[in-house]
Amino acid sequence: MEPSDWLTLILYLAALALLTKPLGILMVAVLEGGGGRPWDRILKPLEILTGRLTGTDPRAGQTWLGYTKSILAFSFCGFLLTFFLLGFQGLLPLNPSHFPGPGPDLAFNTTVSYLTNTDWQSYGGESSLSHLSQMVALTYHNFTSAAVGMAVAAALVRGITRGPGATVGNFWNDLVRVTCLILLPASLVLSVLLASQGVIQNFDPPTRAATLEGREQIMAQGPVASQAAIKILGTNGGGFMRANAAHPFENPTALGNFLQMLAIPALGSGLTHYLGRMSGNQAHGWAVWTAMICLLVSAVVICASSEAAGNPIHHQLGIARAEGNMEGKEVRFGIFHSALFASLTAAASCGAVNCLHDSFTPVGGLVPLFLIDLGEVVIGGAGAGLYGMLVFVILTVFIAGLMVGRTPEYLGKKIGAAEIRLAVIALLTPTGTILVFTALASVSRWGLEGPGNPGPHGLTEILYAYSSATGNNGSAFAGLATDTPPYNLTLALAMLTGRFLVILPVMAIAGSLAAKQPAPPGAGTFPVDGPTFTVLLLATVLLVGALNFFPVLTLGPIVEHFLMHQGHLF
Amino acid sequence: MKTPFPELFRAARVTLVLATVTCGLYPIMVTVTARFFFQDKAHGSLLRDGTGSIRGSILLGQAFNEPDCFHPRPSATGYDAADSGGHNLGPTSLKLRDLLRQRIIDYRTLNGLAADAEVPADAVTASASGLDPHISLHNAACQTPRVARARGVPVETVRQLVRKHTESPPLLLFGVPGVHVLKLNLALEELP
Repeated sequence: MEPSDWLTLILYLAALALLTKPLGILMVAVLEGGGGRPWDRILKPLEILTGRLTGTDPRAGQTWLGYTKSILAFSFCGFLLTFFLLGFQGLLPLNPSHFPGPGPDLAFNTTVSYLTNTDWQSYGGESSLSHLSQMVALTYHNFTSAAVGMAVAAALVRGITRGPGATVGNFWNDLVRVTCLILLPASLVLSVLLASQGVIQNFDPPTRAATLEGREQIMAQGPVASQAAIKILGTNGGGFMRANAAHPFENPTALGNFLQMLAIPALGSGLTHYLGRMSGNQAHGWAVWTAMICLLVSAVVICASSEAAGNPIHHQLGIARAEGNMEGKEVRFGIFHSALFASLTAAASCGAVNCLHDSFTPVGGLVPLFLIDLGEVVIGGAGAGLYGMLVFVILTVFIAGLMVGRTPEYLGKKIGAAEIRLAVIALLTPTGTILVFTALASVSRWGLEGPGNPGPHGLTEILYAYSSATGNNGSAFAGLATDTPPYNLTLALAMLTGRFLVILPVMAIAGSLAAKQPAPPGAGTFPVDGPTFTVLLLATVLLVGALNFFPVLTLGPIVEHFLMHQGHLF
Repeated sequence: MKTPFPELFRAARVTLVLATVTCGLYPIMVTVTARFFFQDKAHGSLLRDGTGSIRGSILLGQAFNEPDCFHPRPSATGYDAADSGGHNLGPTSLKLRDLLRQRIIDYRTLNGLAADAEVPADAVTASASGLDPHISLHNAACQTPRVARARGVPVETVRQLVRKHTESPPLLLFGVPGVHVLKLNLALEELP
């Protein structure tokens, strides 16, 4: 890494840290109210609207079960909306290129993908979807899946910090408030900033141009800026164009790229401050933030160094050694801004890409893969990152309790066998899903037809696909051809499991903790702020991730690294 | 709340209202704002010639093969702006190695470089989008003498044009300097 890269990284982290507090304060005001008179004037009408729509009192809390039922009912309606809009694309308006609808398996995969905040793309955006499909069928979920994630995180935090009581908040109230007061205004600002950089925003049919050499170049057009803003902020990541944020129409300048990189973890970072406020212990929020940032910085440094070192096989052919691995990267971003984007998009469950992860060096590609496999708790997706990390926090507190021989408690709530059981379910369900599906695909005929690269890299492509789907990330080692019915269906199943079979135990933990009487901290209470806690949390996250995935990573990127240095090709 | 049905109807109503706001109101607001402030950029920063016909976009790379032009990076899609993408070939790919080997030989031959000269990384590798509008300074420097020779103009003239069309991000913090191939080739056309 060059000195200017270090400077960029420091500037980036400082900007993110500065954003964290105001965003956290905004989240408390929006989710919990009590922000004062001007806030009441905004919240009241929204509350009346929500009340009219649902026919219930939005101020009345729901039990964890009621909250979960509302999430499931809402998700089901969103599924129907998108599935039918995609299926009937050929008959619907705003389709200047007359694209037909996708087949049922692809429509199912795509719908589930957006519903679960994954945005895995088995299709090519600009070459198969109409403006209406992109703008309504997909963008709808870019907003709501992020709002659902943040609502679940808020419910869990309430369960931990409130009580004793049976309720964890009102889902409809949370959903409408987060969508209208956080996601919409933030997306408006970001999309206009992106448009100022040159991101396109129109409803034109493709433009035909005669190039300087007299060839024809057909340029895909569409409402990209509005979609790119929320795809980034809501950690969705589904690009309008196949090349996603590498496409100059979706990410034209390095400055715009920096803004996008800042927006990816913004909400997740703000949620740690929300946690601090809600728990009445701001140091706890910052301790969790610090653990996340430590992992992020290590990841960025490893990834960028590996990409800058380049590929010895290619150097031997005569490629300049000092220029690193430029395959699948854009000149305007260069090595560092590509590696930083790749680490962020994996860490924060976004999945937008400004370079091809598939063409990274083995260690460079291992970094985003491992960040996803850690459970995307390094900042993580909108909401999903915080509730994922809180599961690790509960586990850490439990382990610390075992070490000192006391009943573990977290922010005054005793952690019992029930919570630990649920936490382990939330942690191990995604891991099992990733490993079982990867194993299944690697021994099936349909699975082995997928990889675009043979050898260990092919296994990495399959592992990355199921990791990305289960982790609701959406980025890919895109050489893998996944638009086949078996891949579309298994990936969709992985996405559903990774989303809802984590939300269920998390909501159950929220309900179980909400019912408990908080106890004042005693001499035996393990403090959840300060460096000891941060280090212990880091160790827990890394150990669980490493123990689960080291064997399969050895067969994929790690063995490929050594083979590459021996000049072995496949 | 006893059956799941009232909950589903509630969900359906909220879905419709939120969809109207986020997929109707929001994109229209963005479109109107972008059209008002960034009319040209909203439609793809199109490049028109004297007669008004569209010759491309200032943001997108185009294919150039003539020896008197600067050549852009290799593109996996042949600079197809209707279906973007890259090779997605991995670091131990034999296919990628063979592609690179051939491109390195071609690049050295075309630009009159020594058989063991280091070749700019971006000159032989494909970008992620297949539409990269830039090349590196090293790449431009290697091509400058060839372009000058083919056009019969002094090398220094071409070098000046390269410098003029080098886009440097502020303080180098927000990216990497690159030479804009399309703008540079347009400027070459305008040379007397």
